[in-house]
This record gives sequence, structure tokens and C-alpha cells, in this order.
Amino acid sequence: MTLFAVNNLQHSYDGQNVLAVDAWQAAQGEHWLVLGPSGSGKTTLLHTLAGILRPAAGSIVVAEQDLAALSPSALDHFRGRHIGIVLQRLHLIPSLSVMENLLLAQYLSGMPQDRRRAEEVLASLDLAEKAGAKPHELSFGQAQRVAVARAVVNRPRLLLADEPTSNLDDARCLQVLELLQAQARACNATLVIATHDQRIKARVGNHYQLGALG
Amino acid sequence: MNIASVSFSYLRARPLSTLLNVLLLALGVATIILLLLATDQFEERMQRDARGIDLVVGAKGSPLQIILSAIYHLDVPTGNIAYKQVQEIAKHRFVKKVIPLALGDSYRGFRIVGTTQDYVAHYGAKVGSGRLWDKPLEAVLGAEVAARTGHGLGTTFSGAHGLGDRGGQAHDEHPYVVVGILQRTGTVLDRLVIANYQSVWAVHAGHHDIKAVADIETQMTDDEKEFTALLIQYASPLAAAILPRYINNNSDMQAASPAYETARLFNIVGVGVDVLRGFALVLMFSAGLSVFIALYNALNDRRYDLAVMRTLGAGPGRLLLLLLCEGFLLAALGAALGLVLGHALAEGLGRALQAAQQIEITGWAWVPAELWVVALALGVGVLAALLPAWRAYRTDIAGTLARG
Repeated sequence: MTLFAVNNLQHSYDGQNVLAVDAWQAAQGEHWLVLGPSGSGKTTLLHTLAGILRPAAGSIVVAEQDLAALSPSALDHFRGRHIGIVLQRLHLIPSLSVMENLLLAQYLSGMPQDRRRAEEVLASLDLAEKAGAKPHELSFGQAQRVAVARAVVNRPRLLLADEPTSNLDDARCLQVLELLQAQARACNATLVIATHDQRIKARVGNHYQLGALG
Repeated sequence: MNIASVSFSYLRARPLSTLLNVLLLALGVATIILLLLATDQFEERMQRDARGIDLVVGAKGSPLQIILSAIYHLDVPTGNIAYKQVQEIAKHRFVKKVIPLALGDSYRGFRIVGTTQDYVAHYGAKVGSGRLWDKPLEAVLGAEVAARTGHGLGTTFSGAHGLGDRGGQAHDEHPYVVVGILQRTGTVLDRLVIANYQSVWAVHAGHHDIKAVADIETQMTDDEKEFTALLIQYASPLAAAILPRYINNNSDMQAASPAYETARLFNIVGVGVDVLRGFALVLMFSAGLSVFIALYNALNDRRYDLAVMRTLGAGPGRLLLLLLCEGFLLAALGAALGLVLGHALAEGLGRALQAAQQIEITGWAWVPAELWVVALALGVGVLAALLPAWRAYRTDIAGTLARG
């Protein structure tokens, strides 16, 4: 079953083309890498898929929903409900504990706050004892796992990760990839990782290559 | 998790800045609350003491001084008035009731008032124990006097010449005996020692070579008899236009209207109150400015947090609410602390003044206007958050995230 389909997508910024995608689609549960040199629009593509950015042209359909047809508030709601995002810089809310960061994700998505589900996700990421910790008390690896937990706590249908393995050594790089894949499988989400990291290329079957823009 | 708990977590994360903002607001609120309580209770008390008294007549002098000495017993009298003139006024057709007062002595700082039983009845005071006086040198104590001096029924004391705390020469040859103690009235009566006016004449009878004081009124000639002031109730509204002028023009007495003089007094005191109120408003304004700057600066630190909340599904309205809620929470904390502080200050001030036997003020009272002060404080908080909240509303998520 097709989860998302992108057609004739284009976006420009300050008169410069920053993204061009002819056609790309992915099925529910598939794992994809978006590859390309820096400046090829990987992050922009992720943002348009997440509905954070409305593209200048083209259509994006996610879970049978044309994103362009949604009002701004409906789009926010849709994103919270169906899309999980692991940002490159993680951006946990510093004033909230790990558990509260997860509960906040549930609250903002409009879902009932389910502490059991949050505990379950934390346990699956080996973070059970860190539930009460503040983000500044975590190592980078722990913080990254919290960011993943926050992205999957609402059981999204689409899980997006922006450069999750850059700046990691080889062993950690593979761990993070496996963890993302395991979490995506656990909720049967389609996983899309934007990366320029050649080390994980062989580990993910589906690739979408963005070309350098002229 | 909800908007309020997220807002609160941010306030907790910046304890010093939060403390500063809350304190600034609290000081502003407390100052206004204190002023409200003090002026309200002061005015209420002043009005209660003067209720039902249309005119006060005393010796020529400052009308304000006559009011302050004869009604509130705060100032010294302007002098004495002749018995004959008093009788003349009492017979005037515009006069319904006259309560004569003979002042001049005190006991341990509490004034001894020689008067008639009408005076006690006028304030609706009830006898708590004992009875009212029957004859000269029987005294009835106000509740505060009894509590402070510890005098019970049957005990005796000597008045001292003069009205000050230190008192002058004691009138040991004519001691008073306590025959009654009044219940607390919340009026000036609580702070007075009351007897019949013949008692005051009796205490000073030595001047007239009179030894037996029981029937002093018949022994003294009318020319020797004096009062200090008269409290007058009008027989008709018309009296207000005629009687004061009649007294001022046709006698060497001075008529003073309590309503007019107290209004004048409030005007004089009001300048000071206005200055303090202005000062409190400046405090509130700087509190608002401080909240604004704190939230505006916090926006910079938090732009990623805000963007992340948007990616988690929060609409821009939620972020707007988040910032407004933070301003509101600061204001609510400040207002709550200010309320407690204001009432505590009023109570403290009341106790300090009580020791000086002045106007009683309590912190255990509420004024409806306090609700306006709280509303003002909350308004300041929300207003200060408005611009930061608008900027949060306008957060460009993709742009912010792409930069970092």
C-alpha cells in the first residue's frame, strides 16, 4: 500500500531552486534513504514531506491525504498525528524531563496522554531509568534515543530522520540506524532517512537520489 | 502536560528572572493593596465616628481642630464655651439633640470625656459589664481602655490634667470609680473613659472652693460652668443653611461641619495617598516592562523549542497561548504574593498604630477594589506577553530548523 507519493515537487528560496523531485513514492513499512550532496535539498524534501514547508509547486499525498488541501491548522494536526520527526540537532525541550518531552508530544498531537505507552517506548530504547532526567543530564547518545522515542511515541505512519548518523563513529552509526529501523518496524511506519553518510547506504534497500541543482 | 505546565516549566528553568518579575509585580500590588486597606478603613472609621452628628460647636478656632478634638479625640480642643450660650443653642428650634462634652483630663493617655448618657446611646454602645453612671465620679470604660489598663469594676483611678500621653498633674483628691465597661463598638468610644459632665466639673471644683461634689451642679453658678464642645443633631435640613452662620455671627463660638471638615481632611491626606499610588503604578509598569524583556529575550533562546513544538503538531495559536500563559502565570504569582504581602503589611501597620493608640487598621479585611488590582496585575502580565506571543505565533518553523 502506498504511504506517500510526491509529484513534480519544486521549491525555491530567494529565487534559487532548492528542491526538484519528479516523482517518488513509498509503501507503508518501507525504509528509504534520501541521498545527495549537501545543498541538494534533502532537508527541504523532509520538511515538505512533514508538512512543515509548503512547496512552491507539485503535490504531496501522505496517507491518502493531499497535504495542499489541508488548512494550516489541519496540517499541524495531521503532522502531529501521523508523522514523527527526528531532527538533526534533536532539540529536546530543555526545561522538561525526558518523560515530559514524550507526554508533550502526545499532548500537542491531540492524542490522549498515555504514560504507559511513553514508558514502553523509553524501555524499548533502554531509557527507562532516564525518564525523570532533564535533557542536559543526558549523553548525546541518550539524547538522540530520547528524540527517537519522542518521534515514535504517537505511533506515526511516517518516521523522518534528518542526518541521524553524522558526527557518529562507525559503531554508534550502525546502532542508531538499527534502532531507527527497529522502532519503525515496531509501529509499521515508513522510514525516511536523509543522509550523506555513505556508511549506511548498503544497509537500507531503497534509495532516492537527489541530484545537484543547476 | 498542558500549556500551563509547559509555561510553568520554563518559569522554573529561569528562577532568578522569574523571582525578579514576581517580586516587582508583588511590590506594586502590595503597595496598592495596603493603600486601599488603609484609606478604606480610615475613611470608614472616620465616617462611623461622625455618623449622626450634623454640627460641632466649640470655642472660636480652627473648625478642623474642633472636629478632630470633639469627635475623634485626636487633637486638643480650641478652648471652652459658656454654659449660658450652650443653653441658648439647646433651645434653638433647629436643634433636635445636643450632646455636651467636657474635656481636659486623661488617664494613662486615654481621654476622660464628661458628657450625658446620650453620648453612649448615640454610638449604640452596649454595657458589657456593670452599668452606666448615676452620679459624678462614676466612670465607664471603653473596651480598649479596659483591656489596656486592666481596670475592672469597682477599681478606682485618678485623672491627670491634660490630654497627652504623659499627662499632667494628677487629680488625686477626686478619684473615679469604674462602674461599667462598654462592649467593643469599633468607634472612638473604645478608646475613651466616659463619665457625666458633672464629674469633670467636680474634679476641677477646687478652683471654686467646693468640697462636696455630689450635687456640684447646684453649687456652681452658671457663670462658672463650662463645656468644651457640643455635638448637635439638626431638627430639619434647613438648619444646615442657618444654624452654623447664626452661631458664628452671634456668639463667640465656632460651628464646624463634620462632613465638610472630614472631606477637607481626606483631600489633604489624599495628596500623599496619590503620590504613593503613583509610585505603586510605576512599580507595576516596570514589572510589566521586566516581564516583557524577559519573555522577549527568552524567545531567542527558545526559537528551536517553539519550532519543535510545531513539528510535534502544535498550531501557531498554541505557541501564542504558551507565551501569554507564561505572562499570565508570572502576573498571577505576583498578584497572589502581592495580596498576601499587602494584607500582612496592613496588619503590621495596624499593630504598630495600635500601640500608639491611633486609628485601628487590620489586614483581615477585604475591599472590593482589590479585585481590580488583581485584574490590573493580570492585565499587565498578559499585555507584556502580547508582542512576544505574537512573534511566537509567527515562528517560521522550516526556516528556524534549517538554520540549526
